[in-house]
Amino acid sequence: MAKVIVITSGKGGVGKTTSTAALGAGLALRGKKTVVIDFDVGLRNLDMVMGCERRVVFDFINVIQGDAKLKQALIVDRRLDNLSILPTSQTRDKDALTREGVEKVINELRSDFDYILCDSPAGIERGAHLAMYFADEAVVVTNPEVSSVRDSDRVLGLLSSKTRRAEKGEGAVKAHLLLTRYDPLRVAKGEMLKVEDVLEILSIPLLGIVPESPTVLSASNVGTPVVLNQGSNAGAAYADAVSRLMGEQTEMRVLGPERRGLLQRLLWRTA
Amino acid sequence: MRLFDYFLRPKSQSSAQTAKDRLQILLAHERQDRSQPEYLPLLQKDILEVIRKYIEVASDKVEVRLQRGERMSTLEIGIELPGPRGMKLNTASAALAR
Repeated sequence: MAKVIVITSGKGGVGKTTSTAALGAGLALRGKKTVVIDFDVGLRNLDMVMGCERRVVFDFINVIQGDAKLKQALIVDRRLDNLSILPTSQTRDKDALTREGVEKVINELRSDFDYILCDSPAGIERGAHLAMYFADEAVVVTNPEVSSVRDSDRVLGLLSSKTRRAEKGEGAVKAHLLLTRYDPLRVAKGEMLKVEDVLEILSIPLLGIVPESPTVLSASNVGTPVVLNQGSNAGAAYADAVSRLMGEQTEMRVLGPERRGLLQRLLWRTA
Repeated sequence: MRLFDYFLRPKSQSSAQTAKDRLQILLAHERQDRSQPEYLPLLQKDILEVIRKYIEVASDKVEVRLQRGERMSTLEIGIELPGPRGMKLNTASAALAR
């Protein structure tokens, strides 16, 4: 039975798309059939972060409106053949998404995939609402910073009231916290919220701590999900998060900022 | 000079601690507002209109709160009335103040 997981945050720029790409690729690396769906209609970006932007022919909206078949819109990843991407439309607006259309596509994907990851747009409007509506679980991406934590709390409220599970009384959407852009040095200096503080405030289980890392930007520059660079701390942190998402018990590591050696730098450059 | 600064600097809490304190206070309020049913603001508006027929009250002086218990829920309505001089009808205010 496929699991539908929404990657959400409320606030923009905290790392939803980066995390969707990394978790999706990480699940596929572990042998799970995974599809990632971009819900940010009009501001398509998951395709770029995944490195398949030039292969987009049909999109999610074309499928919803019956202009293309789902199989025509799905792009199979060149690196991992059990990973697929369903890009969104760059020209339409978010009103093109309908609840019935989204439901139909997700139901069709359920029979072919183990994991369906929904990359939510920022905000709490239609796109974000529909990205979370059919979810079984949620990954709430949060930066250790006041506005991000506040928005995450708001999103947690919506997950417990405005989802199909909540409306049908099927139990809450299981929410996990993914803390990104974490800098242990600044935390030690008292300049940044501690992971314990964020957990105490939001009171949801921790999926992972992704350190602030230059590798995240270089990975998106070249369109490679950062988890594929497991020599990097951010990549390793995402790989740990993937294990926990699959229900494994993994010791929580707080990885520091990177000091890449010459060999690593060379290896990454040729990757 | 730096050393001087260090000794003169007031002992304040870290900015991360301030962030945590501010978030805890703010989110306690926001969560309470969120747990209220959606009709509550409308109810508050209606109550205010009825009261205004008789007494002049400011719109921010009416507070409606619903508390849900396991066996019983209570609807608490608090109305802050102006002082005796601001009253149009003293009899009504006396009854309402109770």
